[in-house]
Amino acid sequence: MTSYAGGPKSGLMILLLWGIPEVVLGAKFDMRPGVTEMSERIQQIHHMGLWICVVVGIIVFGAMFYSMFAHRRSRNPTPATFTDSTLVEFIWTLIPVLILIGMAIPATTALRDIEDNENSDLTVLITASQWKWHYKYLASGISYYSNISTPQEQIDNLEPKDEFYLLDVDKPLVLPTNKKIRFLVTADDVIHSWWVPDFAVKQDAIPGFINEAWARIPVVGVFRGQCAELCGLKHAYMPIVVDVRPEAEFDAWIEEQRLAAELAGEAAVAARARTWAMDELLSIGEDVFTKHCSTCHERDGMGQGAKYPALAGSEIATGHIADHLARVMDGKADSEMQAWAPQLSDLEIAAVLTYERNSWGNDTGDIIQPLTVYEAR
Amino acid sequence: MDTHSESKSKTRHPLLAFAARWLLTTNHKEIGTLYLCLSFLLFFIAGSMAMFMRLELFEPGIQFIDPLYYNQILTLHGLIMVFGAVMPAFVGLANWLIPMMIGAPDMALPRMNNFSFWILPFAFALLLSTLFMEGGAPNFGWTFYAPLSTTYGPPSTDFFILGVHMMGISSILGAINIIVTIVNMRAPGMTYMKMPMFVWTWLITAFLLIMVMPVLAGVVTMMLTDRHFGTSFFEAAGGGDPVLFQHIFWFFGHPEVYIMILPGFGIASQIIPTFARKKLFGYHSMVYATLAIAVLSFVVWGHHMFTTGMPVFAELFIMYATMLIAVPTGVKIFNWVATMWRGSMTFETPMLFAIGFVMMFTIGGFSGLMLALVPADFQYHDTYFVVAHFHYVLYPGAIFGTMAAVYYWLPKWCGHMYDERLGKIHFWAATFAVNLTFFPMHFTGLAGMPRRIPDYSLQFADFNMVSSIGAGLLGLTQILFLYIVVTTIRGGRKATAQVWEGAEGLEWTIPSPAPLHTFSTPPVIAEGDYP
Repeated sequence: MTSYAGGPKSGLMILLLWGIPEVVLGAKFDMRPGVTEMSERIQQIHHMGLWICVVVGIIVFGAMFYSMFAHRRSRNPTPATFTDSTLVEFIWTLIPVLILIGMAIPATTALRDIEDNENSDLTVLITASQWKWHYKYLASGISYYSNISTPQEQIDNLEPKDEFYLLDVDKPLVLPTNKKIRFLVTADDVIHSWWVPDFAVKQDAIPGFINEAWARIPVVGVFRGQCAELCGLKHAYMPIVVDVRPEAEFDAWIEEQRLAAELAGEAAVAARARTWAMDELLSIGEDVFTKHCSTCHERDGMGQGAKYPALAGSEIATGHIADHLARVMDGKADSEMQAWAPQLSDLEIAAVLTYERNSWGNDTGDIIQPLTVYEAR
Repeated sequence: MDTHSESKSKTRHPLLAFAARWLLTTNHKEIGTLYLCLSFLLFFIAGSMAMFMRLELFEPGIQFIDPLYYNQILTLHGLIMVFGAVMPAFVGLANWLIPMMIGAPDMALPRMNNFSFWILPFAFALLLSTLFMEGGAPNFGWTFYAPLSTTYGPPSTDFFILGVHMMGISSILGAINIIVTIVNMRAPGMTYMKMPMFVWTWLITAFLLIMVMPVLAGVVTMMLTDRHFGTSFFEAAGGGDPVLFQHIFWFFGHPEVYIMILPGFGIASQIIPTFARKKLFGYHSMVYATLAIAVLSFVVWGHHMFTTGMPVFAELFIMYATMLIAVPTGVKIFNWVATMWRGSMTFETPMLFAIGFVMMFTIGGFSGLMLALVPADFQYHDTYFVVAHFHYVLYPGAIFGTMAAVYYWLPKWCGHMYDERLGKIHFWAATFAVNLTFFPMHFTGLAGMPRRIPDYSLQFADFNMVSSIGAGLLGLTQILFLYIVVTTIRGGRKATAQVWEGAEGLEWTIPSPAPLHTFSTPPVIAEGDYP
């Protein structure tokens, strides 16, 4: 896997060009090399393209500038009269063709390797929805959502922005080092695109399609990316964080997740066995609302125009509990209101309903218990 | 026709007469003026939307425009610049110039000409009115990918669809008119291979238009039926295919980007020989290169879709075809350089804009070549690198081309010379600002900034601030352009018939300003005349 399939010639050419931008320009101006073999190869292809363009540019612009200097009227009062030459037309058709063939060869071999999705060690199903990622490890069955964790106060300039502003999530994707990891990428609603620049993996997440990509990550670390396809209101706010760990730690993490899933199941049973008080639910509900609901409906419950309706005084949030519950659990067809039943626990749904029915002037006094939600599932 | 309406207007109120003159005109010069004025207005409207976006992007965080509104002006900026600024500007130039260049008295279909213009103000009024509708304007980008624009689109999407249909009808009618005019109304002796390059590039552009605008009409109609009539062309849940949308859209969209640049090629090919005082080098190869670019534009649409999970052989075919476009494009650039070579050049404003066009379009061409390399495209796709690329081909390309044309032919149109000193200030200020705005976007893109976001992480902050400052300057330079154009129309030094010492072509044989009716008797082109 370390062999470069471009053959010795193209490899040499790439090597000659490789590294110059680091010296001349510094990394800030350059495509990142990334951490995988593929991302480094892609950076080399980028350098090849860039430097060929720079050289051609220097020649063409040089000729233009020379001509503008030497063939201006004050120096060259009498223009020449030549109008065409089949020979030079032929030459400057042929030379670009040869250069292009030289560029196409390494691009073709790299593409062949990028598209070889076979023999993977681990498969992760990535499902995008507005505006979060869902990761599922197909072998162990572990799955969870990954949401942006940058506080709204930072976005609104009320608090100083931290180092990973807009690039932090609550639960990163955890991957092992040195395994060929296959990503299956799809979407629930609109088209998104899963992109981690350091792996050079960018794959559109399209409803109805399952696309493939892969990466083999040789180093431990945290790598960040963003959604790369306009996907609606919060397109800028669906970051990707990948936490790459040594294989043993990764296995331990998988085991931990499995235990946590079991515990959560037990906690759910315990939650619906007891009756919750209003203030307990309001406190949990406020957290849930802030994290999941306020992106559209706003923290003050006033919404954003007709598309993201206000909950303060809304018919649903102050009407029948069953209608309200159904809207939250099943979402609204053909709108950005998602079905939250698969994403939130009984307790969370009960809490957020209670919160919505008793905030911003809504004063129904209703308390919804986790058991009610459980029975509605 | 016109003398008729003039005699009637004497009895009318002057305002009514004014309205009737411009509403009912069938004169190619007046319709050309209307197109150019509309495009200028829409250029400023869409440009001010860009100013708002750059204002928001000046710093990380949300300061001025929330994401909801950002996505709307992002969409309208793109749509209006493409369909409202660049395309009508080129059609306006075609109306003014093609009859004068081929020695025809008018366009072949004058009433249709009037109709195809007057659709446009209504189409754009409709599109702009969506900003004030409940649910807001279209917010899915000018590429309006399904299902974001179908199932998830705001109610105003239907107005957008109707607007696109109207623009499409206007473009198709305009293109038919141009083709019929060029094919049938050339002066005796003007063979195809004697036509000025601007006429050639527009002939080819017009064929591209009638081939792809119906495809655009088809795709928005499929959207409409998906939204309201229960079809599932693009709806995965109903067995449809969201990627099909992108195939159809880009089958229109890629030729469309050549529609926005080929007339610019024609303009540069008119202006550079004039100020080099030397005939265009390689006229025949220029024609064939333009044809080759037009033909290739139909087989490269997939390079907008490399990350959608295309089969590897499709990716390879599209990559090779896309790279191949560099060959005829290179031929054109080399020919322009060869035209300048050993000429006797002066650098009046039109020449400066034409040279700026060639150079900065070439920079956009270079990044286009890099984008064609599929593996590298996986990193570039949907980042600011792409934004930098297409703004380089469109701003210093299509827009500078149009500005070069305005400086070059404005003396012919209005009979006055513009202020050369102001024109040069405009050129240098605009060139500085264009590069300050768009060059840093290459770096933000390579560093990993996705496009179409109102807010970004801290690592992109410095270059974004530079881009925003550049954009502000760029906006100001175009106010200077407006000032120059208005003052030149209102007065100034009288222009001669030939205007430019080295200018050749039929339009320079008629007086300045060009009378309303020219070439009522066709001129005769002798065997030895140009090119």
